[in-house]
Amino acid sequence: MPTFETFHMPDAGEGLTEADVVTWRVAVGDTVEVNQPLVEIETAKSLVELPCPVDGVVTELLVAEGDTVDVGAPIARFDVDPGGEPEVSVPGEVSGADSGVLSVPTPEAEAEAAAPAASSPAPVEEASGAVLVGYGVSAGSARRRPRKEGALEPVGGAGEVSDYPVLAKPPVRRLARELGVEITTVTPSGPGGLVTREDVEQAAKAKSARSLATYAGDEQPWLESGYTADGGRSTRVPVKSVRKRTAEAMVKSAFTAPHVTVFHTADVTATMDLVKRLKVDRDFSDVRVTPLLIVAKALLLAVRRHPEINASWDDEAREIVYKHYVNLGIAASTPRGLLVPNIKDAHRLPLHELALELGELTALARENRTPPAALSGGTISITNVGPLGIDTGTPILNPGESAILAFGAIREQPWVHEGEIKIRWVTQLALSFDHRLVDGELGARVLADVGRVMSDPAQGLVWG
Amino acid sequence: MSTHGPLSEEGLVRLLSHTGERLDHPDFGRYASELDAARLRRMWHDMTVVRAFDQEATSLQRQGELGLWVQAVGQEAAQIGSGHALRSSDFVFPSYREHGVAHTRGVDLPEILRIFRGLQHGAWDPAAHGFHLYTLVIGAHALHATGYAMAMARDGLVGTGQETDGAVVCYFGDGATSQGDVNEALTFAAVNDAPIVFFVQNNQFAISESTTRQSRVPLAQRGAGFGVPSVRVDGNDVIASYAVTQWALQHARSGAGPVLIEAFTYRMGAHTTSDDPTRYRSHADEAYWAERDPIARLETYLRGIGELSDEAVEAARAEAKELGRRTRETVKAWGRPETATMFDHVYAEPHATVAAERAWFSRYERSFADQGAHA
Repeated sequence: MPTFETFHMPDAGEGLTEADVVTWRVAVGDTVEVNQPLVEIETAKSLVELPCPVDGVVTELLVAEGDTVDVGAPIARFDVDPGGEPEVSVPGEVSGADSGVLSVPTPEAEAEAAAPAASSPAPVEEASGAVLVGYGVSAGSARRRPRKEGALEPVGGAGEVSDYPVLAKPPVRRLARELGVEITTVTPSGPGGLVTREDVEQAAKAKSARSLATYAGDEQPWLESGYTADGGRSTRVPVKSVRKRTAEAMVKSAFTAPHVTVFHTADVTATMDLVKRLKVDRDFSDVRVTPLLIVAKALLLAVRRHPEINASWDDEAREIVYKHYVNLGIAASTPRGLLVPNIKDAHRLPLHELALELGELTALARENRTPPAALSGGTISITNVGPLGIDTGTPILNPGESAILAFGAIREQPWVHEGEIKIRWVTQLALSFDHRLVDGELGARVLADVGRVMSDPAQGLVWG
Repeated sequence: MSTHGPLSEEGLVRLLSHTGERLDHPDFGRYASELDAARLRRMWHDMTVVRAFDQEATSLQRQGELGLWVQAVGQEAAQIGSGHALRSSDFVFPSYREHGVAHTRGVDLPEILRIFRGLQHGAWDPAAHGFHLYTLVIGAHALHATGYAMAMARDGLVGTGQETDGAVVCYFGDGATSQGDVNEALTFAAVNDAPIVFFVQNNQFAISESTTRQSRVPLAQRGAGFGVPSVRVDGNDVIASYAVTQWALQHARSGAGPVLIEAFTYRMGAHTTSDDPTRYRSHADEAYWAERDPIARLETYLRGIGELSDEAVEAARAEAKELGRRTRETVKAWGRPETATMFDHVYAEPHATVAAERAWFSRYERSFADQGAHA
């Protein structure tokens, strides 16, 4: 009877997991001998020629040229005893049963049956049975050894469990919970059987299908901690921390405070001149002077002229709370997401101190070190969309506040200046406000004042 | 071929040219005088068999039967030549490519593969063969070898003029000469007059790094700095390799102190089966060294003097083939040892922690359903 052996993709390097099949050096039906070139593969390390492991006949090539094959996967089958006696009869097909004559193969018939056995498809079907010699059929499929049923008392939780406590640090346990990984099923790799962060992440990855790359070579950091769905066509990322709070705040704000936004385009050439002058001013040498600083000051001046905008709506008490202080919020994009830290008592700060505070707030946000206190108690905010090249937007209020100013990009544009078309620095300002307590007129006046100071910073002296 | 530096032919002792002509040398020629045709045929035979074994092992790795294999192809003359100069009172500290030396020390070649199949850390009795286990940490064994040699001197096994006089031979490669351990060993050996021969096989590559990136001078010149007599030999010339080792061993056994031999050779294969040498060396280089094949030149010489018959070549080929077959069958027949055996040789004496860990591990192993079936 033909005897079959399966050849599995070996690890041609140390610790390789897969290899590409480059060229088969043999074809089905070929008679082969040990160590003759069988197939050329390419690994992460090198191009390697695999020598044939047996003497016999090739009955099946299980992978095609160009395929990437896992180490341990079957790649070829051989009949290592092609000259052996073929199986004579198949149950139920004994021709002699009807006629009463049992057919006995003659020596010639036997030889005939044996010769083509190698190239005929019959032995291949045979091979799919559990009669492979040498290499087990299951090799390469199940890598984890099954545990004995009932051999161990469960430690807790579902899934595969062991009879010794799982060793893992608390943050790793939390990560496992977050990723939906049963920690008792994780194979530990750390010292002394410690389950590491990587082990948990590995287990989470193994659990989910690999996601399809949206575009080749994309880095998609936002997919981190997500799991794939839809057969890898999408990734579902649990909503956590900043994203969760942002969403809650936006929904609360957008669906409780009726928003109105007013717009104003202003010639801010004078502001740019002022910025340029302050940049070389010795008193300001320790701070960063930017147009944002001037717009912050302008908003503070406008609030001083119209303090009623610096207020909040207390729905429960049915009261409007007018604040006698300004905690000026600045929306910041941080590694954690969108945050709106505020500068406490900004209304009291001279320009230099305001610049200092603004600089510190920005630096802390960028380094992800914004203290929690800076994130609460804001009264009015600015969102600086200009650096993104955006003219303006309709910002949504930070919950509990009544106004937010959007500050757009400053561009050189043709502008009618003193009766002539000149190239001037121009920007767009937008103010969203809570229409429950701020009427359109108030909102408009506040925005116009901001624009006025930006166009003519000297106006600040008049109002200051 | 450069005229200076670590890859030059500067100072090479050569007694057989690569075209198979026998040469003489004023200092070392006499140490080869005892090599008659029968001895040379034996050396040729050993090199041929070792190479066949090497190729079989490479195939077995490619077929998934070995985790890794370290080829010695091209270095047979340095190994067989020096190995033939040894006697039973000598002790060898190999690194991990010394299959040829292992053969001369009576280690059954297929046994070496236990290490490369991941079954055992060592596969022979070092005391029985005067051949220490392979050391995989580069150069680490140079210190062990030096210590062993110093102990031999204290045991009175040196300088008596008796057959019991012995020496240590420590084999390592060009890359190891850059290691601290090797330099420390040379220092200790020199000041203690340890009976040790440092045998550097300069195969020109520390994995992929050329010797030119490790030294400005031929490696043998380093010995002078330590006060260790040194000699540079054509490592593809089995006769010269034998001769200089014979001289070095006599020097060391007599109690005169250590010797450094640099055998200048070429690693014709890859560093290991995990390596792809085409990435760092040219085909022209490989072709140049293929012409200097150590086995071919001895074969040419022996045939030229009528001392190697077709029958002898045919017999050697058949023997090599048989060794290949036996190697294959031996390797495939090996079962997996009990995993718990890995606790066996951690300490020579019983040890409480190891015993506890072993017990825990056995319990863990028993928790699998297929217990025992994985052998």
